[in-house]
Amino acid sequence: MLLSPTLDSIIDNRRRRARRRSLVIGVLAVLLVAMFALTLLLGQSFTPPEDVIRVLLGEQVAGASFTVGQLRLPRAVLSILAGLSFGLGGVAFQIMLRNPLASPDIIGISSGASAAAVFAIVVLSLKGPLVSVIAVAAGLGVALLVYALSFRNGVAGMRLILVGIGVSAMLDSFIAYVLSRAPAWTLQEAMRWLTGSVNGAQLSDALPLVLAVVAFGGLLASRARDLDALKLGDDTAAALGVGVVRTRVMVIVAAVGMIASATAVAGPIAFVAFLSGPIAARIMENNGSLLIPSALIGAMLVLAGDYCGQFLLPSRYPVGVVTGALGAPYLIFLIVRANRTANSP
Amino acid sequence: MTAYPMTACSLVANRVSAGYGDTDILRGLDLAVPPGKITAIVGANACGKSTLLRTMSRLISPRQGQVLLDGKSIHRIPSRELARTLGLLPQSPVAPEGITVADLVSRGRHPHQGLFSRWTRKDDEAVAAALVATKTVALAERPVDELSGGQRQRVWIAMALAQQTEILLLDEPTTFLDISHQIEVLDLLTDLNRARGTTVVMVLHDLNLAARYADHLVAMAGGRLHVSGKPEDVLTEQHVREVFGLESRIIVDPTSGRPIMLPIGRHRMVTEQVSTIPPAG
Amino acid sequence: MTAGRTEASARAPVPERSRRARGLSLAALVAILAALCALSVAIGTRAIPWADIVAALENQVLGGQVDNIGQAAVAVRIPRTLLALLAGAALGLAGAIMQGVTRNPLADPGILGVNMGASLAVAVGIAWFDISSAHAYIVAAILGAGVSAVFVYVIGSLGRGGATPLKLALAGAATSVAFSSLVIAVVLPRADIAGGVRSWQIGGVGGATFDRIFHVLPFLAAGFAIGLLSARRLNSLALGDELAAGLGERVAMARAVAALGAVLLCGATTAICGPIGFLGLVVPHLGRLLVGVDHRWLLPFSALGGACLLLAADIVGRIIARPAELDVGIVTAFVGAPVFIWMVRRQRVHEL
Repeated sequence: MLLSPTLDSIIDNRRRRARRRSLVIGVLAVLLVAMFALTLLLGQSFTPPEDVIRVLLGEQVAGASFTVGQLRLPRAVLSILAGLSFGLGGVAFQIMLRNPLASPDIIGISSGASAAAVFAIVVLSLKGPLVSVIAVAAGLGVALLVYALSFRNGVAGMRLILVGIGVSAMLDSFIAYVLSRAPAWTLQEAMRWLTGSVNGAQLSDALPLVLAVVAFGGLLASRARDLDALKLGDDTAAALGVGVVRTRVMVIVAAVGMIASATAVAGPIAFVAFLSGPIAARIMENNGSLLIPSALIGAMLVLAGDYCGQFLLPSRYPVGVVTGALGAPYLIFLIVRANRTANSP
Repeated sequence: MTAYPMTACSLVANRVSAGYGDTDILRGLDLAVPPGKITAIVGANACGKSTLLRTMSRLISPRQGQVLLDGKSIHRIPSRELARTLGLLPQSPVAPEGITVADLVSRGRHPHQGLFSRWTRKDDEAVAAALVATKTVALAERPVDELSGGQRQRVWIAMALAQQTEILLLDEPTTFLDISHQIEVLDLLTDLNRARGTTVVMVLHDLNLAARYADHLVAMAGGRLHVSGKPEDVLTEQHVREVFGLESRIIVDPTSGRPIMLPIGRHRMVTEQVSTIPPAG
Repeated sequence: MTAGRTEASARAPVPERSRRARGLSLAALVAILAALCALSVAIGTRAIPWADIVAALENQVLGGQVDNIGQAAVAVRIPRTLLALLAGAALGLAGAIMQGVTRNPLADPGILGVNMGASLAVAVGIAWFDISSAHAYIVAAILGAGVSAVFVYVIGSLGRGGATPLKLALAGAATSVAFSSLVIAVVLPRADIAGGVRSWQIGGVGGATFDRIFHVLPFLAAGFAIGLLSARRLNSLALGDELAAGLGERVAMARAVAALGAVLLCGATTAICGPIGFLGLVVPHLGRLLVGVDHRWLLPFSALGGACLLLAADIVGRIIARPAELDVGIVTAFVGAPVFIWMVRRQRVHEL
């Protein structure tokens, strides 16, 4: 009866939405590339594009090799990688726990990774990939701890968030303590572990992060559809054939792995994990999975935040201060709005 | 009424004990769901109705006994495969913020899709059919959070329909709905049962609606099946007394010919007044 | 009739024994407090013989000469002990009041972001308005605490169900994070004050002097007075706004007055100690276990208990990290956060 016109309109709508989705993601990707180019070209001084390209191709260019090759490029690359990781890890948690507040930087996972990194660097005098491994392990440990502590006849999202707030208060105290005991305590270093920063980035730092993004990002992508079904609630998702527990475990491992690897290199860049998902959701208007858009948004946030902190503000700030100042009002807005809507507490 | 397709799957609970934490809510329950029919489960609060539904759909693992689908334990069936045969609509499902009706309904296709398989015309057809069947075509592009309670419930049922399962379990599909929407939902489920031969199992609170719409009525008490069978055999004054601890009278509904339960309290009786509170003064 | 009955039940049915038990536990607390004060003067990162401690105490009272480094160390410990005592009492009392005012078991000056508000106000004052007198610090801190208390409460009580524990805790946590970001943003460009960033993030009582304590004393005194006098009002508020109004309480007024007391207390404390978290959360809960929910007992108990706990935390901080010290704010976080988590676990989900 009504079936065939309905079918046509459904197919139409779906195609329209798919086109729109590709378009939006394309625009985001182009924007990211443009920002990347801008940060390479323009810092304290302007470097001509041809010089930048030659540096990227590995040539020695007087006056550009150092600023672009040693300063701007590592910084931009690290910003993008860290942003991708934070964006992906954050949105995965938010989708999985069905709450924008359940992002790794609020429930203590970033703090855990950061505390472990600080401990490894300051107390154990470790460097490089080992720090990342320790940070990932600690991040997973904290995730497990928070999950276990909020387990009582099943995990309730709200309980998990509050437990996470408590755990991160302790971890933040620990970080502050270790930093205060550090022999060569510099404000720069402290800032990295308190709010996150890409100051002094080196390309060699990027390698573990690339590996983490590929491995954990791939794992996450393979669960994207099941993760999306979790949005409907555990029961409905299970009724749709999703292995809820298995999906959860894999998503947690993947997301924590990314968050912790990024934290081990750039510190817990404030609120990027928390902000990327909701911004992506607003842009995508419920059109398909949020993983890729929020990864792109996360990268843009870190890149733009760092650029602002370096050049656009009256004095130099680490990127975490910029994203922190940006994210805090949004967090408050989110709470206000969550309070207004009827169905969510 | 007799021409049910005989292809329907059988769902059987075999001496099932299950619950949360350390306490068993179901205690050795046996239930055979008649294929191709509408089964309604009734019982007092906390007697284990929802637990039974959740156990039969594998949300809870039974501590003892098993649930068999076509003779095979549902815990041996891969989850996607099970979800293609057995659908469940939980009591209060969560709609993601801002999701549109068409999008939500298409989530019902999840078990039919593999890791990398693309959306096909068959998926579109299933969604369209579900929207048409639930009369939600006009709502397709509206956000679910803007809908009324009755509309929303129809949309959730549409999602379950898009899943195209032979068995559909529903946990109190009529809660929070006013009476006209309750009837609408139950009529819709009956249509579905008649048109496709879908086996429907639902927990209902309202005894009279359960008796009217069910082919097979199951009364539970204390985590066990108390009595089951045709509504006119199950909804009797004696059973109501045993299951709910309530005195009642049963009359016959002139419209449907099914039994209706009229509760007897202590007040408002034509013959006498019984009061336990001493008169004032 | 309702009012009369409640009035009667509030007075009459306290059994004599439980009254005595409360009295005993309060007396025990005073004894513990005295012992802790003695310990706090005696114990430090440096071991000092008792003779020197006594001599130093005499010097403090009689104004004699400081003979050796031991006595000088003790001379530093005395104001520190006094500050820990006052700050602990203030935070414990402020926590009890806030839990009463908001009827919220998770309320605490730290969790509700009030301490960070005070921190931010002081940082802004120093960096932008060149305030430098101790007096100005305190006024700024109290203003900051007041503004952020109102802010957090308004955010937390928007929407359905009013100020639920979850919403308040979230609003407070969000505000805390926001403010601590802002503190860094304000302080960082100023190399001259940036060295103190850490002290705006972690609270401590290490730098206490009699002079600073003297400045903050009037504010604390006012806070203690207002707080302790609102016990009866908090008892009515505990029954719910509607019932309290039915009992003839002016609800908004009662709330505002009690909250003012709490804000004075934690603002003044933060001005000299920096943000110290979780103390105000933990102490009133211990109090409820020991003396019950009557605020006329609970408030003094929370003040005493807070003083004990902060002193103990400070002593522990001096011992476990020898030869250095652990800031008391870190110790309270490590003691308090587990209690917070335990309480979150105890709550049923729908109450959160």
